[in-house]
Amino acid sequence: MKCCQSDCENEATVHLTEIVNGEMKKIDLCEECAKEKGVTDPQGFALADLLLGLGASSEMDAAGIEIECPTCGFTQADFKKTGRLGCSTCYTVFAEPLEGMLKQMHKGTQHVGKVPKALRAKMDITRQRDHISEQLQKAIDTENYEEAARLRDQLKELEGSSSMKEGK
Amino acid sequence: MDIFEFLSPSDELTTVSGPEDHVVLSSRVRLARNVASLPFPGRAKKQSRQDTCDYIKPVVSSASAMRGGFSTGMEDLKAQEKQLLVERHLISREHAAKGGGSAFVLSKDQALSVMINEEDHLRMQALMPGMQIKQVWQKIDRFDTSLEKKLDYGFDADYGYLTACPTNLGTGIRVSAMLHLPGLVLTDQVNQIVQAVTKLGHAVRGLYGEGTEALGHIFQVSNQMTLGESEVDIIERIHKVVLQIIEHETNARSVLQQSNAKELLNHVGRAFGVLANAHIVSSKESMNQLSLIRLGVKLGMLKDVDVSMIDELFLVTQPAHLQHQIGEKLTGEERDLHRADLLRQKLSGIGGVQLPQ
Repeated sequence: MKCCQSDCENEATVHLTEIVNGEMKKIDLCEECAKEKGVTDPQGFALADLLLGLGASSEMDAAGIEIECPTCGFTQADFKKTGRLGCSTCYTVFAEPLEGMLKQMHKGTQHVGKVPKALRAKMDITRQRDHISEQLQKAIDTENYEEAARLRDQLKELEGSSSMKEGK
Repeated sequence: MDIFEFLSPSDELTTVSGPEDHVVLSSRVRLARNVASLPFPGRAKKQSRQDTCDYIKPVVSSASAMRGGFSTGMEDLKAQEKQLLVERHLISREHAAKGGGSAFVLSKDQALSVMINEEDHLRMQALMPGMQIKQVWQKIDRFDTSLEKKLDYGFDADYGYLTACPTNLGTGIRVSAMLHLPGLVLTDQVNQIVQAVTKLGHAVRGLYGEGTEALGHIFQVSNQMTLGESEVDIIERIHKVVLQIIEHETNARSVLQQSNAKELLNHVGRAFGVLANAHIVSSKESMNQLSLIRLGVKLGMLKDVDVSMIDELFLVTQPAHLQHQIGEKLTGEERDLHRADLLRQKLSGIGGVQLPQ
């Protein structure tokens, strides 16, 4: 059997079968193409990346303009080539074209689950602050100034405690 | 000490069994983590990758769970040593291709391992025999928590743990179970099961498979999605799915025993006959025949044979294990000869295959 890559004449030695969403995909690659595609660990976890990467690159193109990550210099073209991002900042830079892709790939686009302990307190405070600010705005809108004053004090207290924590 | 001395001998490794080991060969959970503000390994320049590795490696190897463990740069491992680690499922093939700037750390009990600078800065896994999905999660969760105190992980309130590939984003978790399903394959039910499982959003993988018939009737079930669902929920779902597969496989085996006893006897008997007498055996053939023999042992058809011996053969007939045992580099043809010798030797003296009572 020949390698399934169009410009390759080698004998295929790596045969992969994977079922994704009820659809069976078979890929036969020679050693070299398999290495190049990063599918040298069929027992492992790489193949889904390859398959998702194929559809994913068009999403990136749809964004139109060329964007470049200021931290690592990563561009859409790099994503298309590798199916990977360059650094943590890339997720902010490419947030828009990524959104649709993530929706297709995952159950949701909001992380649920483990959070590093150091960030947990910070995230809780942010959430509380947002909640109180919202209530404060409501209180002001309804001219409930007593309530507004109480909420403003709460907000101050919260900010005080968070800056103390960060200062530690 | 080199890695060969550190790794448990194959026979020792396979005597440790886990729950439901008639179907579940092993359970594994891996987490992908990156250090904030450093470029991912695929993007990093050589020097920066080396620096990142030099920064992470001592943190990982000094963790209390790694006490008495083994730690090495990938450049210090020979090709055969890397291949051996792949065959033990301790590193990926991608990682085996890495040299300087990447590293590997393994705990003393070999249940916990970390690849540094594979696709992500850290790929940590817990691997245990049998059905122990929840236990491996607890193990790796604790280890990850111990590392987050010393490493500033790349984390986003919306996207969770940031990973090089968007498919791992969020929890960065991959939960998987390695399943031995000869009963479902022989009764032609495996495709149905595989389809049902994939409909639930899980992936089923097999190697060299024609259709979905995987090598050695071994299938790996794992979660596909990592974002939008908590680790505990993901584990719970895989756990339930695996329990159901165990039930179906067990049923298939009793159907074979009850209504197709002769056919079953024929399959197992032929497999035993081939491996106990052949002089040239490829790795594919040995996997498939050993699979049937394992089924026979688990159904009580081969008296006085412990399943750990068959599991050991699964391992030691793999290319790197074989070459390590022989002590020299072998070509594919030479391996097939040595593999056959080894199998004949180990299977000699076994009485034969009979119907279970």
